[in-house]
Amino acid sequence: MTTRNAGEGWEPVVLGIETSCDETGVGIVRGSTLLANVIASSMDEHARYGGVVPEVAARAHLEAMNPTLEAALAEAGLGIGDIDAIAVTSGPGLSGALMVGVGAAKALAVATGKPLYAVNHLVGHVGADVLADDALEYPTIALLVSGGHTSLLVVRDLVGDVELLGETIDDAAGEAFDKVARVLGLPYPGGPQIDRVALGGDPKAIHFPRGLMQAKDLEKHRYDFSFSGLKTAVARWVERAADAGEEIPVADVAASFREAVVDVLLTKAFRACADFGIPRLLLGGGVVANARVRQVAAERAETQGVTLRIPPLSLCTDNGAMIAALGAQLIASGHRPSTLGFGADSTLPVTQIQVDERPAA
Amino acid sequence: MLLAIDTSAGTSVAVVDGDTVLAEGSTEDTMRHAEVIGELIDLVLTEAGVEPDALDEVVAGMGPGPFTGLRVGIVAARAFAFGIGRPVVPVVSHDAIAFEEWSAGTRGPLLVVTDARRREVYWSRYELAAAAPLRTSGPGLCVPAAVPHPEAVRIDATQVGAGALGRVALLHRSLGRADDVAEPLYLRSPDVTMPGARKRVSQ
Ligand SMILES: [Zn+2]
Repeated sequence: MTTRNAGEGWEPVVLGIETSCDETGVGIVRGSTLLANVIASSMDEHARYGGVVPEVAARAHLEAMNPTLEAALAEAGLGIGDIDAIAVTSGPGLSGALMVGVGAAKALAVATGKPLYAVNHLVGHVGADVLADDALEYPTIALLVSGGHTSLLVVRDLVGDVELLGETIDDAAGEAFDKVARVLGLPYPGGPQIDRVALGGDPKAIHFPRGLMQAKDLEKHRYDFSFSGLKTAVARWVERAADAGEEIPVADVAASFREAVVDVLLTKAFRACADFGIPRLLLGGGVVANARVRQVAAERAETQGVTLRIPPLSLCTDNGAMIAALGAQLIASGHRPSTLGFGADSTLPVTQIQVDERPAA
Repeated sequence: MLLAIDTSAGTSVAVVDGDTVLAEGSTEDTMRHAEVIGELIDLVLTEAGVEPDALDEVVAGMGPGPFTGLRVGIVAARAFAFGIGRPVVPVVSHDAIAFEEWSAGTRGPLLVVTDARRREVYWSRYELAAAAPLRTSGPGLCVPAAVPHPEAVRIDATQVGAGALGRVALLHRSLGRADDVAEPLYLRSPDVTMPGARKRVSQ
């Protein structure tokens, strides 16, 4: 890595590339300062299919890559020569989509002679918080929820010690929102739609099942999630009502469904805080956009004496800035760049924060 | 001087100066484009003793080729060009195969055929005249039994050499031919099934 600018207080300018799902994200940070965060989303193209189509997403990444790189540099007011290092998501995610970012990042690194850091997408979500004004304290529990993942982590050191406590054993929480929205005849993506129609609904009107929350699940699936049964229960309830010729109380169904999801997510997250004696909870991922998630989290944090962190929404959904931020933290803690031989790993475990770190010389 | 990249079959990268291929690195592996692309670019630049800044352009093989791998080379070419602030020159990958045949002295009608997976093939027809090879039809996609142009000499290729890709780009330019293939040549729509009516969950 270049030592040209190295010195006391020097912070590297890192460009991060993220293509694990349907957002082409390029972000630029200087140390823990956000300089640019540009996202091109192919969400509209997926809407008519009712979910992310991997090949459609990958094609969109290819077309969006250079315009997004250009826009991010313009937003930061920098030229490509001002970048000190490049970071890229290696996984987990959709493999064809990931490969577009990996190919671009490697070529850009060789073209510019800059070091390249291949990083974990989920840890990137945690890394987004580095860009907040006040420093995040470790250890922390982190709950990452989106259309692609539902993971509960304990983060003892952002660049050295991340452990997966639990994850969904079937659908991601965001997927459940999409599917229930469809049951209610609402468009994709479901999250904002459910939020919209739940307004004024009674969250206690219908008691929908909470997955993996029974006594027998306390051991094996203590921190795992399941939303498939909930989704089916909502569909069955709506079908029964329709068969009986009743008018569907959309607001109540949406509010009650949302309450079940929020309840399970947060019960398990705060349970982890209590179990581990860690009074800190970080939320990340697109589902954080859901107003009810934020509201209930704030209430429970208050009563349980837990410090709640929620990065701004633009840093919660998939983005390149969080990847750049994690890259900058790896550099600051003395990690060496990745070798050029890594690939896209759709199932990269969260314990692998950086991929293929170059061996010490 | 240019860098040429093609991942429509395996992965091939070359540094080309005029009519000379200074360095070429390839692998026939059709599953590891993302893994090898960075090392191959680095390798050919080192072998050619060329700094990225000394390159005038980057030639990208636009296919036809199976999606996932094809994209890796195109995005790498575009990002590399972005990194050095030089243009990307898109070229039909089959043109490189025809160019190699032509360079070896073959003349007359030629049909280039490559694997498209899923029991289909890509094809392009060329006329190899003394002055230059010219694509007269294609690229197209079809099942093996429906490959057209039986009058042409058929060549089934498993590799696209980036050296030839770079040289054919320069030949086209010298002839004033434009390579106007801005979009990747997938020749197939994405595999998507439109959601039908939602199925009932209860009986
Ligand atoms: Zn994510």
